[in-house]
Amino acid sequence: MSPISRGFRGRGRIPAGEAGRLPPGQYLTGGFPVLSAGPTPHTPLADWTFSITRSGATEGSWTWPEFQALPAENVTVDIHCVTRWSKFDTGWRGVSVDTLLDRVEHDGRYMMAFCDGGYTTNLPLDDVTGGKAWVAFDYDGQALAAEHGGPARLLVPHLYFWKSAKWVRGLDLRDRDEPGFWETYGYHMYGDPWREQRYAGD
Amino acid sequence: MAGTALRGRLTWQVATVAALTRETASVCTIGLEPPDWPGHRAGQHLDVRLTAEDGYRAERSYSIASAPGEQLAITVERLDDGEVSPYLTEELQVGDELELRGPIGGYFVWDPGDGSPLTLLAGGSGIVPLRSILRYRVRTGSDVPARLLYSARTLPDVIYRDELGHHHDGVEVSYTLTRSQPPGWTGHTGRIDAGLLAGAAWPAAANPVAYVCGPTSFVETAAAGLVDLGYPPERVKTERFGATGGP
Repeated sequence: MSPISRGFRGRGRIPAGEAGRLPPGQYLTGGFPVLSAGPTPHTPLADWTFSITRSGATEGSWTWPEFQALPAENVTVDIHCVTRWSKFDTGWRGVSVDTLLDRVEHDGRYMMAFCDGGYTTNLPLDDVTGGKAWVAFDYDGQALAAEHGGPARLLVPHLYFWKSAKWVRGLDLRDRDEPGFWETYGYHMYGDPWREQRYAGD
Repeated sequence: MAGTALRGRLTWQVATVAALTRETASVCTIGLEPPDWPGHRAGQHLDVRLTAEDGYRAERSYSIASAPGEQLAITVERLDDGEVSPYLTEELQVGDELELRGPIGGYFVWDPGDGSPLTLLAGGSGIVPLRSILRYRVRTGSDVPARLLYSARTLPDVIYRDELGHHHDGVEVSYTLTRSQPPGWTGHTGRIDAGLLAGAAWPAAANPVAYVCGPTSFVETAAAGLVDLGYPPERVKTERFGATGGP
């Protein structure tokens, strides 16, 4: 039983019609906060590639122009950061992970997203297929800014936003679920905001 | 990799507010006595949860201001449009109960076993986890040399000013005031830039490790500046507001 915080009334309440969109423990923000563990990498587009690998072996790879030539989609989604901000109706343009996987031989039940700067995050394959995940390069009609993960970031809006890895450069398919960067430091392996899976054991 | 141990479940517990210290006009340090604190590492944070009479709840994360082994404390800056920080800095009283869980975060941490020179760059209340590191350095008798550059708007906005003034024996503290300076100010002025960083940070050849904490614009400039000075990106650990000190 939580103690009542005497004098606390709460200003973060949102209209009843919207309340079902906000996962437990989250508050709504109009801004777009930034969370990164280190300096923002700046990879020239001429050096950028996106790869699908299987246990480290390359199955498919696209240069920036090749990637831009793939069919892209506009998506509008709500996003939820483990640090408790949520943002509704964010607009992105990117390539569906289905589109990428359709173009390579693949198996494995899990994947590790890998990124410039050494960041990684783990996801079950079922959570990035079936229209649930994109590699996004535009935000709000503009090229995605570097501090928000540009030139391209993973977008997996149904999980906490650290799973939407910034500066993503590829996906490594695996048989086993292994922890990525934040997962190694005590954050949850799966990260479902609706079950408030913030930290290991939640 | 350090800190790879996954913890068990972090459970909420009801701490007692043991002390309140006004640091600046908008910043307060809250000393806490939780019934079952597992200990923390310098640089970690914790979660606070408030509950209104009708059951409405709000949670936020705050950097831990105390060194491991000291009475647990957080330092909170009041954000005018905030929901939780005005309560913590203005309503909370000694003896009140406060629900928390932690510690959280295993990356932005410093262990005294790391002998690398410390470059600490703070913007505003980004000083809080760096203060924990500096206190822990003293507490453990570490002789690791440290340089702190602290960017604040004005001198009255500097948190822990007296305490930071008492650091010596291998700790160099410098300030830059971005908005206004008192008469006779001899410190730096203006926002951090390459020139300021080059003078305030250890040269990359000394194999330093950097901890950078502050608002996003500060951290972006500071972290990029250190990389330009030759710091390997993996030696620059950053923490941004919105990460732990959101409104």
